[in-house]
Amino acid sequence: MNSGLSPHGFRAPYDPSRRGFLITMIGAGVMLGYARSGWAAAELLAKEAKAPLSPNELFEPTIWYGIDTNGLVTVNIIRAEMGQHVGTALARIVADELEADWSKVKIVIVDSDPKWGLMITGGSWSVWQSFPVLSRSGAAGRIALIEEGAKLLGVSPRICAARNGAVHTGERSISYGDIVARGDLRRRYTNEQLEKIPIKTPAQRRFIGKAAQALDVPSKVNGSGRYGIDAAVDGMIYARPKIPPTRYDSKVIAIDDSAARRLPGYIKSLALDDPSGTAPGWVMVYAETFTTANRATDLVKVKWQSGPSANVSERDLQQRAAELIADPKGGALLVDDSGVDVVFASAKRKIERTYTTATAMHFALEPINALAFEKNDVFEIHTGNQWQSAILPVLAKALGRSQDKIVIRSYLLGGGFGRRLDGDYAVPAALAAKAVGRPVKMVCTREDDMRFDCPRSASAQVLRLAWGDDNRVAAMDHHAAAGWPTATIAPYFQLKDAKGNLYDPFAIQGADHWYTVGAQRVRALHNDLADRTFRSGYLRSVGAGWTSWAVESFMDEAAHEAGVDPVKFRLGLLDGVGRNAGSAPNSVGGAHRQAAVLSRCAQKAGWGSALPKDVGLGIASTFGQERGMPTWVACAARVRVNRINGYVTVEKLTLVIDCGTVIHPDSAEAQVEGAALWGLSLALHEGTEFVKGQPKDTNLDSYRVLRMGDVPEIEVEFLPSTETPVGLGEPATTPVAPAIANAIFAATGARVRHLPIRPQAVLEALARGS
Amino acid sequence: MTTFDLNGRAVSAHSPDDTPLLWVIRDELGLTGTKFGCGIGFCGACTVHVEGRATRSCITPIGAVAGAKVTTIEGLDPQGKHSVQAAWLELQVPQCGYCQPGQIMQAATLLKDFPNPSDRDIHAVMAGSVCRCMTYVRIRKAIKLAAAQMRGGAHE
Repeated sequence: MNSGLSPHGFRAPYDPSRRGFLITMIGAGVMLGYARSGWAAAELLAKEAKAPLSPNELFEPTIWYGIDTNGLVTVNIIRAEMGQHVGTALARIVADELEADWSKVKIVIVDSDPKWGLMITGGSWSVWQSFPVLSRSGAAGRIALIEEGAKLLGVSPRICAARNGAVHTGERSISYGDIVARGDLRRRYTNEQLEKIPIKTPAQRRFIGKAAQALDVPSKVNGSGRYGIDAAVDGMIYARPKIPPTRYDSKVIAIDDSAARRLPGYIKSLALDDPSGTAPGWVMVYAETFTTANRATDLVKVKWQSGPSANVSERDLQQRAAELIADPKGGALLVDDSGVDVVFASAKRKIERTYTTATAMHFALEPINALAFEKNDVFEIHTGNQWQSAILPVLAKALGRSQDKIVIRSYLLGGGFGRRLDGDYAVPAALAAKAVGRPVKMVCTREDDMRFDCPRSASAQVLRLAWGDDNRVAAMDHHAAAGWPTATIAPYFQLKDAKGNLYDPFAIQGADHWYTVGAQRVRALHNDLADRTFRSGYLRSVGAGWTSWAVESFMDEAAHEAGVDPVKFRLGLLDGVGRNAGSAPNSVGGAHRQAAVLSRCAQKAGWGSALPKDVGLGIASTFGQERGMPTWVACAARVRVNRINGYVTVEKLTLVIDCGTVIHPDSAEAQVEGAALWGLSLALHEGTEFVKGQPKDTNLDSYRVLRMGDVPEIEVEFLPSTETPVGLGEPATTPVAPAIANAIFAATGARVRHLPIRPQAVLEALARGS
Repeated sequence: MTTFDLNGRAVSAHSPDDTPLLWVIRDELGLTGTKFGCGIGFCGACTVHVEGRATRSCITPIGAVAGAKVTTIEGLDPQGKHSVQAAWLELQVPQCGYCQPGQIMQAATLLKDFPNPSDRDIHAVMAGSVCRCMTYVRIRKAIKLAAAQMRGGAHE
């Protein structure tokens, strides 16, 4: 099975285009990072030797961090801060190896620049991607500081140690700031040398795995944090879009702004011309204030010629998915063992089930927005974004200028959840500014934001399982159809199956599970109608959000079919044999680690104990998202079902996680709580439907989200581990919905197979089932 | 022109009377801690205090606060160390943080009405404040911590 990771550059800690790791003296400080491609490190050092470098003679090195003469360590963060406290986690990786004084560490979230390489904050990858390079960068700095510190102290480095921002020998010490001021820290490491620098053993760590307050939190309790929507520049005007009736192929026929012209401060309305095709048929309504732009937008009348998706409904999307699944041809085969059909043809016992999920919205609380203007020949886009590397080429095409003349300035994100992986909203803002030749701040209302969302696509899945004559599971077959975000947003990130068929790895991950099931087949199908109707998006855990729903509901059904306890049934299949054995560095232990979280979760939740009438305990377990970097998760849900009205109350969620090394325990726990509650919200509350090519629900008056009173008791436990740190932002989303559905079954014997689980569906299942 | 008291200072807003208070505070008066979420008073991100009561500024026309005392997150405490803010910091409540000014402003008035709030009180009063990062568990704990501190007692 293809992990979909390293072959595609999602993690490239030692980029061969970089000419080695450098420690350089710049101005009144020292910088640690990579030399730019094209400059040999030796040349850089030779140039440096002639005269100290000034900041504008940096040759664009990739500076991971710097230390000034006061000993202040500044760590550059290339990831988006959207609630994970990622800057704190990454800075602590550096600081630990560097033996820095944590009170003298600060973080800077950087703007887009090619020197940073792939800029993406998604997939729960940040810590996992950054750990190897940041830990070695920190260690390289420590070694150099010890060498120079020893020189200044007049002793051998062998009798020196670094600790708390200083180099110590016996009773004497010298601070990092003094070493930077007085020593010559210039060093060069080849990539090979850097890779060989030993990093600490877990027992030697001082910051990793230890408590600390997150650096971004203070600005979030006093109102000073700056989000994209807070960006401002002198002379800017505001704009709100009129969003066309279809996502694609709408054409503006006529604009009538006669009513808007009566509003003081109204400027004008323009149809955007978008060569990138990102925002076709958009009309921008400009005004001196947002309120005026907002009101004017409601008054401006636009006549459009709609695109062909104008009549697509949710039912059509599900019908298309069912057609694709029914056709044995088509799609891509992630897992394609021989003999699947033979086993099914001869099996005496087999089951087949269909699971579906409705369209779900991101509803990041900060509606999409961007401020755009041209300054000194560079187009500046001020906005919160998760994937600068993907949207920059699109902006270049839209604006008709090269990428090096565009910069995305970074801000805090008022929620990411995958919405801001798709930077499409930056395009109309940039075009709006270009069209009027002055700074424009585009702010979408909630309704605009929802209509322009890249929702989690509706999905349909058919799963089959067959037992052999020995009552062992002998084959499993899984077909999943959904919109494929990557096909639209970053087609070059798609993978190919053995026969060369393209597929979106993020829309099927989770189906390639770690259960040993005999002959296995996993087929990914692209719901083309979905992606002609809207831009399907990445939503917290992406494909694993629906594939885990199906796999873990199905495992429960299969266990009951076999007359085996659902926990025992799973443990029997998590044997860690063959392809499920796992491999270094990311999945050491393989399926045994999933078995461990499952067992512990069952024990912790009181699996098997007696419960009151209509109360049930359900369990589910997943590997998070990607086989290549599994985060092992188990969730037990205790629910109470009201048989009269079908209402489901989740009383308690118990989660057990193994994510390898935990870098920052407090935010790790926060991510698991938040992800699990997203899972709950998607299980019981969130969902909409497409009606005439548009999402039906566009605000909180009808789109139901989890609120305070819906929150159950929640218990989280991390299994201790010193393995490679993997992801945490999304994995806990994945087991919650199936655990709830399995609990509903345990409580009542009623089986639900569609998300979200509405009371009506529970009533219907009760009528069918028990 | 509308004159009112904003965080202890007399201010004059030139926006038309029917302009929502939210946009006057943010765009005309330059205090951006108060956030825009839904625009229909259903998410709580825009919550400010008008005469000490939690008010959704996105649906409050500026004309309605003429002469009134308005407090935003920036003015809740001169040092940003109101008991609620201190509890939020201590328990590391915020994730993305976007809703938190509104949550904090709502929680501050909650504690005036319920100095020793039960879960039920918290659920009822905070029901209108959405957190998409789902920091609800910590919000609940932090409200109780702040309540304990404001009552002068030890931490619960």
